[in-house]
Amino acid sequence: MLSMLRTIWTVFLHLFRRPVTVQYPEEKPYLPPRYRGRIILSRDPDGDERCVGCYLCSAACPVDCIALQAGEREDGRRYPEWFRINFSRCIFCGLCEEACPTYAIQLTPDFELCDFDRQSLVYEKKDLLIDGTGKYPGYNFYRVAGLAISGKDKGASENEDKPVDVKSLLP
Amino acid sequence: MQIVVVLGVLNAPLILAALLIWLERRFLALLQDRYGPNRVGPLGLGIVLADMIKIFTKEDWIPPFADRAVFILAPAVIVVTGLMSVAVIPITETIGVTDLNIGLLFFLAMSSMGVYSVVLAGWASNNKYALLGGLRASAQMVSYEVFMGLSLMGVVLLAGSFSLREIVEAQRDVWFIVPQFLGFAIFFIAGLAETHRLPFDLPEAEAELVAGFHSEYSGMKFGMFFVGEYVGVTVVSAMIVTLFFGGWMGPVLPGIVWFGLKLLFFILVFITLRASLPRPRFDQLMAFGWKVLLPLSLLNLVVTAGVLLLLKT
Ligand code: SF4
Ligand code: SF4
Repeated sequence: MLSMLRTIWTVFLHLFRRPVTVQYPEEKPYLPPRYRGRIILSRDPDGDERCVGCYLCSAACPVDCIALQAGEREDGRRYPEWFRINFSRCIFCGLCEEACPTYAIQLTPDFELCDFDRQSLVYEKKDLLIDGTGKYPGYNFYRVAGLAISGKDKGASENEDKPVDVKSLLP
Repeated sequence: MQIVVVLGVLNAPLILAALLIWLERRFLALLQDRYGPNRVGPLGLGIVLADMIKIFTKEDWIPPFADRAVFILAPAVIVVTGLMSVAVIPITETIGVTDLNIGLLFFLAMSSMGVYSVVLAGWASNNKYALLGGLRASAQMVSYEVFMGLSLMGVVLLAGSFSLREIVEAQRDVWFIVPQFLGFAIFFIAGLAETHRLPFDLPEAEAELVAGFHSEYSGMKFGMFFVGEYVGVTVVSAMIVTLFFGGWMGPVLPGIVWFGLKLLFFILVFITLRASLPRPRFDQLMAFGWKVLLPLSLLNLVVTAGVLLLLKT
């Protein structure tokens, strides 16, 4: 009996607490930078597209909502000719981001993706590609990868030794 | 003039019932550290209108397996009996629909009639959950009815009348909450059970019985049960105010304001109880009623009568 009265009193005191509700549209909740929301494609610090069209994200996606077509530029860099994410299917699992070898595809803390039309939830490359580097500012895939492209030979990457000439006998 | 009062007094509980839905949701939310509905209109009051539009435009479906006539009758009964009880409540010296010399008995009779609504609804729905709800309601209300009446007899002894107006007049010096505290506590618990509000909402018990006796109801018929419940809350609060807290009496402010304030206070207490107490098991409920409250109310009656006799001689 006494515990009941105490319960009632405790509940009554809660009347004077601040409600914990976040009044959403006016008051935005804090979302950590690695929150998994709308997906973007980033560029490297030189302003070139990071995506190399390796299809890994598309393969990793559990709901198959990424589609792309790889192409190759004259200088040897690969890039996606088109890139399409269907956000009405995406479950924001972040697996694409984990699979991507070039940090190109990234999830952002923007979750406000509502739409009245299903079709407009299919984002094309122009909607996805941003001008910045996203969460990984300094990273440039072609600078650290061993792949040769025009203007950068084998062994010219950062922290990369010159290729060993296996035909030479000199040490 | 009288017709205005009658219409006013009878419509007020209905409007109040609609407002109570809003009040309950907001107040409950505040008790639970939330805001409640605060978007539609000022303070979220527009939700009352939105709720009404919603409930009036919903499909009103009568299940083919239900007992049609009784199914339709049941929700009407609870509102009618609730409003009938309102008729005997004296709001101020002058305002009040009627002043029966057996007002208190009339109230008890009407609240017993209200049980029919729940039982018939459970029966007519032809659904096992609804029937279980109806069964629980009948057992709970019949047993709580007994000492609800008995607990009030102390008040009747003190006032020497069954007329609610005279009972209020008898509290001019001291409110009956002081000499009749036990009676008040018992009546309060019985009133909770009578309106089957939480924590005594076993007839509904949505955790175990879907929605209890009104599982099969939809649209405005379902709404009627809610109107009935809120009218019930209002009536029981008004009775507590009238019988134990001196009705319209109070210093400075006019009677109607005092009555309203006291009424509001008890409605808020009802809501607070809903937010804080868990629902007891059914056998606990019955045992508590018959083994604790009934002897207590008898004791209260005997002691009150004895003391009165002593004072007289
Ligand atoms: S977040 Fe998951 S579901 Fe969405 S595109 Fe990436 S892998 Fe597919
Ligand atoms: S995994 Fe990265 S680099 Fe490969 S196709 Fe997807 S976004 Fe482009």
